[in-house]
Amino acid sequence: MTLKRTGLSLLGLLGILTVTVLAGVQAGLLVLIGIGFGLALQGYGFGFAGGWRRFILQKDASGLVSQMLLVGLAGLLSLPLLSLYPQELVGAVAPLSWSLLIGAFVFGIAMQLADGCGSGSLHKAGAGNSYSWAVLPGFIAGSFWGASHQPAWLALGGPLGGGPIDLRSSLGLSGGLLLTLLLCLFVSLACRWQAKKVALAQGLVFNTAWLSSNLVKAAVVIGILYAVHLMVAGQPWGIVYGLGLWGAKLAVGLGADLSQDAFWGLAPHAERIVEPVLWDITTLTNLGLLFGTMAAARWNAGSNEFIALGLRTLVVGLLAGLVLGYSSRIAFGCNIGAFLGGAASASLHGWAWFAMAFLGSILGVRLRTPLGVK
Amino acid sequence: MKRVSSILLLWVLLLLGLSLDFSSYNKPRPEPPAFIMGSGQASSGGHCSGR
Repeated sequence: MTLKRTGLSLLGLLGILTVTVLAGVQAGLLVLIGIGFGLALQGYGFGFAGGWRRFILQKDASGLVSQMLLVGLAGLLSLPLLSLYPQELVGAVAPLSWSLLIGAFVFGIAMQLADGCGSGSLHKAGAGNSYSWAVLPGFIAGSFWGASHQPAWLALGGPLGGGPIDLRSSLGLSGGLLLTLLLCLFVSLACRWQAKKVALAQGLVFNTAWLSSNLVKAAVVIGILYAVHLMVAGQPWGIVYGLGLWGAKLAVGLGADLSQDAFWGLAPHAERIVEPVLWDITTLTNLGLLFGTMAAARWNAGSNEFIALGLRTLVVGLLAGLVLGYSSRIAFGCNIGAFLGGAASASLHGWAWFAMAFLGSILGVRLRTPLGVK
Repeated sequence: MKRVSSILLLWVLLLLGLSLDFSSYNKPRPEPPAFIMGSGQASSGGHCSGR
């Protein structure tokens, strides 16, 4: 056991040093932060898709409450930084478009069928879940394809003018931060109230504890790492852009000409396809996350409950991954880039994404059994 | 054991892809600051929010 743990630590260190030598200190730091995300997600059992599912099926609100704690903490730490360093740091602010609402709803369905959101699919793949390995290629292809179609989707406009609504710009730092924290509190209370009401009506046992200590630790560690990531990279943590870039690189490698593509053919995306993928911020944290979850899963050699991979689940996983990738690109990201990043940047699109994806998840949870995803 | 072999295969494929990708580009990197915050430089990375 000690040998294995020493080996994992040395491998992690070797990976960080190699990336630092090849791509610079910032790149090494981003891999280190990614490893931290992976360790926290896997080690503390924190996730988005599972937390939503537990609320929908078992009326257990702890997963959702821990996510609100994470969003609140990330906003509390990062919004003042965004205001203090406006020339250097940028938040995840995106338009409230029809593509966001449709994409988030579809993403919510797919994340339950893929058994993970953006971070969840990556971290389960890293932990050795063969079902997530079926999801991942679809996710990469879908992210590439969805990004390519994003400009056409954006041309459809959206409600309330279809532009971005940045609460920090419109209400000031204190107003934007206060409203973000109030929204986190409101969602937490509403989920608890609903869970209690249904549990009592159905004669179920209502869990009176708000959160387990592991979920609190996960939210605090991930929230702090989120702020450190913002300081290092100058932008919020994201996942899906990197996966789309991998897809674009693969497509070019297979002979595709993307010079006329509405997204990948334009700067700065076209340059990023040519540059080494190790220069891309989201790729670096994704690689770190994959290693971190693998290390956490092997560290304790605990038994993880994974979906068995058969022909049917392979097809469902691939298709769910494809839809997950496509929908996340037209919705400006997954639970991390759009929901966590958007809400913690006081952008209204983050909350709209959350509402629509949650509605989609209610449908997605009901589709799991008929499609063999148990 | 099967899972360990599969994880190893995943990493071998990933590292192979990264090596091929990196070796096909030979221009030096204009290295960004270790911390963008306080550096005076704007963030230039890609993000799913549309950048």
